[in-house]
Amino acid sequence: MQESFKEHVSEDHLMDCMKCGFCLPACPTYLITDQDETHSPRGRIALMKAMRDGDVVWDGSVEDAFDVCLGCRACEPACPAGVQYGSLIEETRVAIQQVKPQHVVAKSVRKATFDGVFADQGKMTGTVKLVQLYQKSGLQKATRKIGFLNLFPPFMQEMESVLPAIETKKKRTFSAKPKTTRVAFFTGCLMDTLFQETNKRTIELLEWLGADVQIPAEQQCCGALHGHSGELEKGLRNARKNLDVFDSDDFDYIVNNAGGCGAFLTEYENHLKEDSQYAEKAAQFSRKMIDISSLFVKLGMNARLKEMKSEAHSIVTYQDSCHLRNVNKVILEPRSLLMDAPGFEYKELIDASSCCGSAGIYNLLQPEMAKRILDLKMKGVKELQPAKIVTSNPGCLMQMNVGIKREKLEHEMQAVHIVDFLYEAIQKQS
Amino acid sequence: MKVQSRKPFEAIVGTENIKYSQAQLLAYSYDATANFQAKPDLVLSPRNSEEISEIVKICAKEQIPLVSRGSGTNLAAGTVPSQGGIILLFNKMNRILELDENNLTITVQPGVITQDINAYVEQKGLFYPPDPSSMKISTIGGNVSENSGGLRGLKYGVTKDYVRALTFVLPDGEIMKVGGKLAKDVAGYDLLSLLVGSEGTLGIITEITLKLIPLPASKMTGVAYFNSLEDAAKTVSAIISQKIIPATLEFMDKGTINAVEDFMSMGLPREAEAMLLMEQDGDPEQVERDIQQMIAIAKMEGATSTALASSIEEAELLKAGRRAALSALARKRPTTILEDATVPRSEIAKMVRAIQEIAEKYKVQINTFGHAGDGNLHPTCLTDVRDAEEMHRVEQAFEEIFLAAIELGGTITGEHGVGEMKAPYLEWKIGKSGIELMKHIKQSIDPGNIMNPGKVFAKETKMRLVIRGGH
Repeated sequence: MQESFKEHVSEDHLMDCMKCGFCLPACPTYLITDQDETHSPRGRIALMKAMRDGDVVWDGSVEDAFDVCLGCRACEPACPAGVQYGSLIEETRVAIQQVKPQHVVAKSVRKATFDGVFADQGKMTGTVKLVQLYQKSGLQKATRKIGFLNLFPPFMQEMESVLPAIETKKKRTFSAKPKTTRVAFFTGCLMDTLFQETNKRTIELLEWLGADVQIPAEQQCCGALHGHSGELEKGLRNARKNLDVFDSDDFDYIVNNAGGCGAFLTEYENHLKEDSQYAEKAAQFSRKMIDISSLFVKLGMNARLKEMKSEAHSIVTYQDSCHLRNVNKVILEPRSLLMDAPGFEYKELIDASSCCGSAGIYNLLQPEMAKRILDLKMKGVKELQPAKIVTSNPGCLMQMNVGIKREKLEHEMQAVHIVDFLYEAIQKQS
Repeated sequence: MKVQSRKPFEAIVGTENIKYSQAQLLAYSYDATANFQAKPDLVLSPRNSEEISEIVKICAKEQIPLVSRGSGTNLAAGTVPSQGGIILLFNKMNRILELDENNLTITVQPGVITQDINAYVEQKGLFYPPDPSSMKISTIGGNVSENSGGLRGLKYGVTKDYVRALTFVLPDGEIMKVGGKLAKDVAGYDLLSLLVGSEGTLGIITEITLKLIPLPASKMTGVAYFNSLEDAAKTVSAIISQKIIPATLEFMDKGTINAVEDFMSMGLPREAEAMLLMEQDGDPEQVERDIQQMIAIAKMEGATSTALASSIEEAELLKAGRRAALSALARKRPTTILEDATVPRSEIAKMVRAIQEIAEKYKVQINTFGHAGDGNLHPTCLTDVRDAEEMHRVEQAFEEIFLAAIELGGTITGEHGVGEMKAPYLEWKIGKSGIELMKHIKQSIDPGNIMNPGKVFAKETKMRLVIRGGH
């Protein structure tokens, strides 16, 4: 294992950390564990270095320290020394993955995730068809009834119960404006399957704002889940395919509507800078990449929302997507849209910037920690009592719905994707 | 002596408050000091004074070293368990116990984060002035143990000026209380002052009562930029000699300005050679008058530009930038070593110049920032611990910086403490008899030398460099 750390984890990046501790108050796992240094960015970096230097040998405690990291990267903006923690934890997971066989649960989740559904969009669509069948055929009801799901870890059961109902029909609500901006849409795998409806609305809203939206065929999962779990090479395999598919001068922007994907997509440039064949394509791709809120703002949605401004009837709040906030630094744009949306009053959620505990497949692999983090998040939610909790990432969306359900607040509030929220708010006005 | 069995400790604190896995021991093997690391044998999180007393009794009997640790932001290796033994954490002792608005005191457990105290009392219109740059992270227990300073030290003093009472556990396990809520108390030796800044070598502090003052009605923040360090230093002297005592008077050199700008993108002028950040608080008229006068002095001494913060947010941003200076500098090279050489404030200009000359002489990169108003500078060396030859030059440069500070009537540490890092230089400051007296005190209180051994007192004192500027 030491050799693997030496090979994969950059010593230079490790040396950047001067252990000042500025990251500590930013790290959700440090705070939730009563300030356990093992679960802080500084502690994990020290452990990475110790693994490399042979000052610790690989054991369960070391593994646990890395596993508990959400990868939310809240430590990065907090770090004056500019430590690239995201790269370090990614490299660490690669190092571990090279050597370490997984636990049974992790193994099956990972296998299904990385080699199964997220490996190509065809499989993803197939899976969704199954989910659809599962929901439509009454099997979902039956399954819930007979307790088949009790065989799975509790958190998976909860995730199952908040799966969105998958729509099949399509109808257009808004009329499109003349096209002024050319946009390629990165549909994302979860967003394009489980959240198909949201994607359709994304396109409609963009067209409403005057964008010509293209969906390049044969695009792949962005690779973020692979990258964050030590399967970087598999992630980059997807990246290269995407770069080929999106390689065109016809687009002003490449837009995505999932925070987690967005971060990894903008980091293609970084990951492939040594790749002579793809470095340039990746740089161009990352430059054009934009998240949906930022593009809405650029295309003048705020003004159009203000035109239809009506009295506020309920509270809307926002839960940041960690990657959208900490990696892409998109903080104000979604909030500005919510502030201008008709029919709602925007109020800031306590600790909106801290991770909800979803973090890719973290909530499946670390259910206990994810639950504690979500419980803390729900405290703030209960205090604020919003009607809508708006999110910018499918993982956060499902996680917040799990929280709402667990607190039995389904009748009072709803977690929604920002696109769906805006779509519905606008629809009500027109 | 190593910990033979964790069983008795587990019985005291409970299984959930004991850490001993490989990862956990490694995670408590360092603080923020470069190049110091050692693993403890056990990490404990006691819940009250009584549990600490029980722990100490076992350690006294078995000669086990005990290191109390807050958030580990220490910059002199004061919380590195260099002799092994037990790390005592205060994460389970982090409550605010009482705010006494009649006596203007607050009583807290040592694990409370200092900024939380500041924020809590400010809500009530009260003020706890000490504000170390690490206050968002560091604990009040750590601040008391190190006698931490901060950006407001010039006008308001340091931690010791606010500690009214302490409960602590002696090295034999006895629980003792010194001081009280009273404003005057001259009964016997000042044990309270002895404990504050004792760096965990005399006892374990378990409860702290702090003095509060009324929150100043207003404050204003200004900045001035200079073409030369000299002009900035002259401005500091001129402000003080005109009998203005600003709440804050902070200094950053060009390298620091650029590092902070890299991190925060707040619009600092990258070409400036030096900047002064000044703040005054108090009665609005006085604040306005003082800040305008400070700006005028800066201009007279050659400031290339000056400005007043137009909002609280802008002022806070400027101060946050200054607080991040050390870590921001760490961007430049792999290893960052910071010192806190301090001189009488009249000597600031000479000290800044001396640091520059020393850096040139030893061909090392040193950037300087710090609390110009109170003479407390932070020459910060950017280096690479993997380069032995360069590290040797760094060490020589720092020795010479300490010497320069002492020659100017200063000291080897203004606010970080001696710890292990500066222990070899302590004698330079306090002399042989000073060391002897301190050792007698330590010996009589902690005869078994279990409380943070190896700190403050070094096995050997560094030989002084022969002649400054010589060889």
